[in-house]
Amino acid sequence: MAQITFISSDNKSTVVSGNSGNLMELALQNKIEGIEGNCGGVCSCATCHIYVQPEDWTKIGPPNEMESDMLEFDDKTTNYSRLSCQIQVTDAIDGIVVNVA
Amino acid sequence: MKESIFTDPFKKARQETGIGEMDDQNDPVAMILGHKEVRRAAHNWKSYSSGAIPGRIVIPSEVNIRSIRQIPFEVDPPQHGAYREVVEKWFKRPLEKKYEEELTLQIEALVIEVLEQDSFEVIHDFALVLQSQALTLLFNVPFEEAQTWISWGTHVFRSKDSALDGAKANVLYDYIDQKLAESSSNPGKDFYAVLLAAEVDGKKLSAEEAKGVLILTFAGGRDTVINAVTNSIAYFAEHPKSLEWLRKEPELLPTAIEELIRYFSPLTQMGRVATQDTMVCQHAVKADSRISLCWASANRDETVFENADEVVLDRKANPHVAFGFGTHNCLGATHARQVMKVLLRTLIAKVKSIDIHDAKDNIEDLGDFKRKVGFDSLTVKFNKI
Repeated sequence: MAQITFISSDNKSTVVSGNSGNLMELALQNKIEGIEGNCGGVCSCATCHIYVQPEDWTKIGPPNEMESDMLEFDDKTTNYSRLSCQIQVTDAIDGIVVNVA
Repeated sequence: MKESIFTDPFKKARQETGIGEMDDQNDPVAMILGHKEVRRAAHNWKSYSSGAIPGRIVIPSEVNIRSIRQIPFEVDPPQHGAYREVVEKWFKRPLEKKYEEELTLQIEALVIEVLEQDSFEVIHDFALVLQSQALTLLFNVPFEEAQTWISWGTHVFRSKDSALDGAKANVLYDYIDQKLAESSSNPGKDFYAVLLAAEVDGKKLSAEEAKGVLILTFAGGRDTVINAVTNSIAYFAEHPKSLEWLRKEPELLPTAIEELIRYFSPLTQMGRVATQDTMVCQHAVKADSRISLCWASANRDETVFENADEVVLDRKANPHVAFGFGTHNCLGATHARQVMKVLLRTLIAKVKSIDIHDAKDNIEDLGDFKRKVGFDSLTVKFNKI
């Protein structure tokens, strides 16, 4: 079971846990403010944009080409941006903290 | 097995030059065909503006039949954002449980009705009805209002004889004027009242601005939703195994819907007007000339999509641009996705198979390109489970 902390834009912190699916779905199940996941997780809408804490970056890793092409056109993108639909929820990401973009 | 094959007319031009050219009422369009280039141009609103004279960014141009600006669609940032904020929340209502339940009741009733018929014509007797009924939920107006909208036909600006029918557009404008007048003297809980009460930058929306939003809402989600619904029915008629697959694995519905929308791309393209001399794919674009973002071509770009010309219902990575891209992405996408989700859910629950009896293609004439965008008519039979 992985525990993940979401911090929404109004600084509200929510700790959720899961062991399957992707991070966008986990956020939707837990009604995390600001994560919409409009396209259902196929990497076509960028409404599940998050910022990973720098110290967690190695756990998550960089986006693939398709995802970075998507992020390239989002004005809110930083060096620590990811689309949460492209991150699988596994023990490998246990304990990470992410900010909703 | 041929009615649901939608070929990609842009392939050669996309691979060779990345640009297509078409004339449209003596206002030519340089069509951008590649996925990356389409997204880049859609993102670049400073060079490629939506704020041209009303109707010009639409292809075919509506300049001669419309003087009212569609909002937020024909407004550039930063004003665009202020308008969009006013309507964004209202257009997220399709995600509410009650909305979804009511939509399910509507679509189930319609499917049950046509299941009893020996055959029916999908465009007029199903898709148009479904779209109009569902729109009453988006507007939050009585269900009966759908009858009036159905009587307008599949496109509010186009008729059988003319791609641009000014008289027909006037029917819509008069209707909107009347509804806004009624709402301003006796506001209800509908979209009209929301618009008339809305403020942008501390100023109330004018009747003209409200009308601009309403024209967009009526026009934008009409033939597009009708094509998505009808084309999907043709697809499932010719791919019974796909229907079975979704019946067994309904968790695939979200990806299946995105894939059908990618493949059919109900809106072929959207125009922009260049604000300065620029270059696209080594093609010179003059200031004040038109380009288009060809969503339909981008969605078949073989450098992005594996087996781009096939419907792959479990396509996991699907960065399609069928709902547009960037700041102007489709306002009605949430509603459209919900309509597709409820429709597919209802089909897998109640329809065993679909037979096509007759089909007439709707082919768009885009200069060098001819694109099948849907059907003029599609007669089918739904077989019960």
